[in-house]
Order: sequence, then structure tokens, then C-alpha cells
Amino acid sequence: MKLKHLEGLLGDLQQFSNPKVELEQYPTGPHIASRMIYTAENSFDDISGKVVADFGCGCGTLGVASSLLGAEHVVGIDIDPQSLEIASQNAEDLEVGINFIWSDIKNLKLRGPLVDTVVMNPPFGTRKKGSDMEFLCMALKVASRAVYSLHKTTTREHIKRTALRDYGAKSAEVLCELRFDVPQLYKFHKKKEVDVAVDLWRFVP
Amino acid sequence: MRLLTHNMLSSNIRGVVNGFPLGIEAEKVVEREVELSAEFLRGVFPKIEWGALVAGARALGHPDLLPGEADASMLASDDFLRRFHRALLQLHVEEGALVCPETGRRFPINKGIPNMLLHEDEV
Ligand SMILES: C[S@@+](CC[C@H](N)C(=O)[O-])C[C@H]1O[C@@H](n2cnc3c(N)ncnc32)[C@H](O)[C@@H]1O
Repeated sequence: MKLKHLEGLLGDLQQFSNPKVELEQYPTGPHIASRMIYTAENSFDDISGKVVADFGCGCGTLGVASSLLGAEHVVGIDIDPQSLEIASQNAEDLEVGINFIWSDIKNLKLRGPLVDTVVMNPPFGTRKKGSDMEFLCMALKVASRAVYSLHKTTTREHIKRTALRDYGAKSAEVLCELRFDVPQLYKFHKKKEVDVAVDLWRFVP
Repeated sequence: MRLLTHNMLSSNIRGVVNGFPLGIEAEKVVEREVELSAEFLRGVFPKIEWGALVAGARALGHPDLLPGEADASMLASDDFLRRFHRALLQLHVEEGALVCPETGRRFPINKGIPNMLLHEDEV
């Protein structure tokens, strides 16, 4: 599948209807999501024929993209049941089979070797400090092949150091820097759109 | 929920030592056909807890689908691959529950989604 085609399909997905501030529910847009999964597949062979887990799957964009690019099995995990309902609908609309689990990432024990690749757009930790790192720590425990994740560019050094030193990652590489439009979902955002610089990371556990 | 997902999940309640495999109470099971990939099945086989898969298939109403024991040499048989594929990827629990093997705590499954949230006193 071509990148443009993937981006187009993701553009039709339903997004959060009542985003919850405390859970940092903003959609991973079709532009970023398609590039993330497309790169994982075409540059690193981490998606097709693989078992993929989407941590904090929200409306399921990254999981759906992984399925579309040929993942054999996709598991989407989120703490919010309303998002999971939208995500299941999205999966059904695009006729991809995804399994969802309603769980707090922190409290879930997934048997490691079965999951090849974790893809995620974790909360950036702006509401609850450290939640981005909790996601990363869990992802590196579960994935046996690779972890793809988005983090604010301002945290780059911290992420690299922590992943390599504390979470036992073999490598931590920024694949590209992207602009993330966090729409004005929340009242405390003064501007219409807050444009945040984020890094697309690939970690090897 | 496929049995492949079941094979990854365990009960993570504080104090529980052996939370795997979770029991399955299946109220509604559906089957959805997907293409068989022998390459995938051969790659995933060594990572599967066979006993959990056999118990899962039994709980879903297929007691004779899988042999009680399996080793890699069986992957040469097409019949075995078809059975393995069916159990792992085609059978889904839509309604029911997962059950912690140590405490009996139930994790309900609705519309195929298991609720693995823990109560405050279980974390
Ligand atoms: C930035 S959004 C991800 C959006 C998603 N990739 C999509 O395409 O819709 C972060 C997600 O993480 C979820 N989340 C936040 N904290 C969580 C936790 N502790 N465990 C599981 N999910 C969590 C939120 O509900 C939200 O859906």
C-alpha cells in the first residue's frame, strides 16, 4: 500500500468525541500516524506478519494502520472505554480484525515474547508528569523487536538517557522530527492550535 | 478476543503469584475466517504456551481441535497447521469472562473486549 493511500484511509477514521483532558486524549493525526507505521514497515520490516501492540490506542489509528500494512495480530490497549468503542467501530469500518483490551498500561502484564512491536503515541506527560516514561518503560519490557513512539522534542536527551540506561534499550534513535498539532480541545489552550515539536523514536529493546 | 491475546494475558492482581493462564468462561463464541500464514504460525509456535491454548480451545467448545502436547516437528503437517491457525486466530470470545486462576476474580468480556482494570485495592 502506498503512503498516500494509507494516509487517506486513516483520514476517514472517527476521532475522540469527548476528549478527556486528564488522559491527554488528542488524536494521532493521519499524517503522522501513516508516516510512523509506513516507516516501521518499509524501512525496518517491523509490521507485516508481526504481532503488534498499540499502547494507549485511543481511537485506534496506529493499530488500524498496522493492520492495513499487514500485521498478523494487533492488540490495542486503552484505559478509556469510550475510546475503545470508537476504535472497535473504526476497525470494523475498515474491516481489520483488532483485539482490544481495557486496561491501565501500568497494571497490565503482557507475556513478552509474543509481542514483536509496540507502536504508541503516549500521553506526553503534560497532565500527569512521567506518564510518557511509564509507557516507554512498559513498552520496552513487552516488545521483542522494536518500539515506535512519539515524544516531545524538548525531552529528547532525557528520553535517550533513560531508555538506554534505565530501561535496558539496546538502541534509541530519533527517526524524524514532526510538528504535532494539538487542536484546541481543551479550554486551557489559549490558541486555536498548539503546535508542538515531537520526535518519532525507534527503540530496540 | 482471540486465543492469541489470551495467551499473552495474565492476572496482575497484587499478591498473585501464578496469574497464568486465565480461565475462560465463554458465553458467546464466534469464528472469523482469516488467511492462514504458515510462516507466521511456524515463527510464533515456540512462543505459545501450548497448555493455555489447548485449555482455551476447550473452553470455547472445541475440546478435540488441538493435541494435548505439541512439538515443532508437527508444524510440517498441514492438518496441524490448520488446527493451530483456527484455535489461535479464528476463534473469538465475544461475551464471557476471564478468570484469575489463583483468586477466582472475574474479568468480564463485553463485545470482545476484556476489562482488565484493577480495583484500587488490587494494585
Ligand atoms: C495521545 S492519545 C493517543 C491517541 C491514539 N494514538 C489515537 O490514534 O487515537 C493517548 C491515549 O492514551 C490513553 N491513556 C492515558 N493514560 C493511560 C493509561 N494509564 N493506560 C492506558 N491508556 C492510557 C488515553 O485514553 C488516550 O487514548
